[in-house]
Amino acid sequence: MKYRTQNIALAYFSVAMALFAVQVTMGLIMGYIYVQPNFLSDSLPFSVVRMLHSNSLIVWLLLGFFGSAYYLVPEEAERDIHSPTLAYLQLAILVLGTAGVVVTYLFDLFNGNWLLGKEGREFLEQPKWVKVGIVVAALIFLYNVTLTVLKGRKTAISNVLLLGLWGLALLFLFAFYNPANLVLDKQYWWWVVHLWVEGVWELVMAAILAFLMLKLTGVDREVVEKWLYVIVATALFSGILGTGHHYYWIGLPAYWQWVGSIFSSFEIVPFFAMMAFAFVMVWKGRRDHPNKAALLWSLGCTVLAFFGAGIWGFLHTLHGVNYYTHGTQITAAHGHLAFYGAYVCLVLAIITYAMPIMRNRDPYNQVLNMASFWLMSGGMLFMTFTLTFAGTVQTHLQRVNGEAYMDVQDQLAIFYWMRFGSGVAVVLGALLFIYSIAVVRREVFTPGPVQAHKDGHIEPAE
Amino acid sequence: MTEATDIRRNPGGLPGELIMWVLIVSELAVFGAALLIFLVLRLGDPQGFADSQAQLHRLSAGINTMVLVSSGFAAALAARAAETGTAGARRAVRRLLAVAILLGGVFLLLKGVEYADAARRGLGLEAHVFFTFYWLLTLFHAAHVLAGMVILSIVSIRANADAVEASAQFWHMVDLVWVILFPVIYLL
Repeated sequence: MKYRTQNIALAYFSVAMALFAVQVTMGLIMGYIYVQPNFLSDSLPFSVVRMLHSNSLIVWLLLGFFGSAYYLVPEEAERDIHSPTLAYLQLAILVLGTAGVVVTYLFDLFNGNWLLGKEGREFLEQPKWVKVGIVVAALIFLYNVTLTVLKGRKTAISNVLLLGLWGLALLFLFAFYNPANLVLDKQYWWWVVHLWVEGVWELVMAAILAFLMLKLTGVDREVVEKWLYVIVATALFSGILGTGHHYYWIGLPAYWQWVGSIFSSFEIVPFFAMMAFAFVMVWKGRRDHPNKAALLWSLGCTVLAFFGAGIWGFLHTLHGVNYYTHGTQITAAHGHLAFYGAYVCLVLAIITYAMPIMRNRDPYNQVLNMASFWLMSGGMLFMTFTLTFAGTVQTHLQRVNGEAYMDVQDQLAIFYWMRFGSGVAVVLGALLFIYSIAVVRREVFTPGPVQAHKDGHIEPAE
Repeated sequence: MTEATDIRRNPGGLPGELIMWVLIVSELAVFGAALLIFLVLRLGDPQGFADSQAQLHRLSAGINTMVLVSSGFAAALAARAAETGTAGARRAVRRLLAVAILLGGVFLLLKGVEYADAARRGLGLEAHVFFTFYWLLTLFHAAHVLAGMVILSIVSIRANADAVEASAQFWHMVDLVWVILFPVIYLL
């Protein structure tokens, strides 16, 4: 570790991993409710479990992004973070807010209070004081990181990362607007969610990947930056108007069906570019970096993001198809693999890379870490396949044949059982990952001797 | 950088800015996809499309085609003049860019008259799927004309060769899209 303040990331990553464990556990509980609907129905209703599952995902990914920024910005800017105290204060606010949301949700405290209670919304449902806390935390973060970059070296990686994080914070402001008109409510909700995951988050993803490629493969910065600009350009070009694919059936004018279909079809391009980027960099790079697990997560990230976000997204983005598949298990299949590939793997990749450096040890735990990659990714892929089959059957029975929703759900039980099984694999994989980065202090297998390159030199690790 | 120096530095490489090419390819892909869908939809309702098309002003659009292509010519001359880099050339560049911008304004003016007429006759976005595409495609294009005029204005301040070349690249893309749009929507 070159700069002392990079260590801030350790606290962020630790909280993120705790929430990650909560998130997948909630997912597993929900998977069980799907097959045994009365499970916990009194103490922990399905709607609450789902909120915990999806919101804890968002929060831990955000913590992962913040941690990544605190880790990589000092190295890019070549100076310490402006104020470590502020960084820890920001984390404290976010943790307090998260706890506040969970408690408010579980016990439905302060029902109806405009500041402290729930708002009765489906997704952007944090008590107002938490939303304000999130904004304050975001402002602290932006102030801290932007000042660090402004005072230090400015690189394409930190610029793109900052652009993504500024966009992320500004778009969250739409969460405050809660119009009585449900159509508008949904529209602005997508301005947060879609313009995040299919817009500015892709910039964050590209920047973090670029940093990892730079470190892991030793490729020239100039080459990395060129790719980065192309990825950013195609992501914003397709992603902003691609938001239209969420407007099809919520009450907005019909021309959005065409705008959304056409632009969102091109959203596959930046994900393909990121995959091509990662593999070309590994191909061109000369560095023999000892942290093979970080490379595995990075490459896995781009491949699974391409399939989950790119292919599975395109699968149902055309409005003629979406008319039938909207809100079926096809959506769930896409959502799971897209989030896992694009953002979960990304954060796990940088954690895998940064943790050994921050804790000042060799990357010991490679084999366990890699095993967790295959277990988690295998489980997630199996889940995606079962949900895709479930969604196809559901679309036919419910949307084509017109059978009742719950009758169809009954007939999907076999798929839901298999999904539950794949969920077990994912949870075990997640726990194994956390164990491998947090606990293990020795290598399970002895690594083979380092091989010299063709020209005889051995590239030192960074 | 000029095309000549660029190729010397990177033989066989791309002239001009990479990002501008990414943008141009993306724009062509989007407009191309939309026009393709338009043509496919027309197969399902040839009469409705023909009736709708008869409501458009072909003459005005034909004049606009010439206006825009002339404007593109002026921008190309400006890019060439900018490469010489002399003080006298800078004045010529500004003059040529002003012509290009002015012709862009003429295009928007004529297009505005067409829009006003269509709106007056109730031929809005929802009138027919033909008009949905007519409005979406031509409005997207008009937005690019407007953006192009702004870009050309900005680069004419310093009249730097690289910037003028990049703006001319963008302006030719706007040209090209119209030259494809025009026959597909107005004539075929």
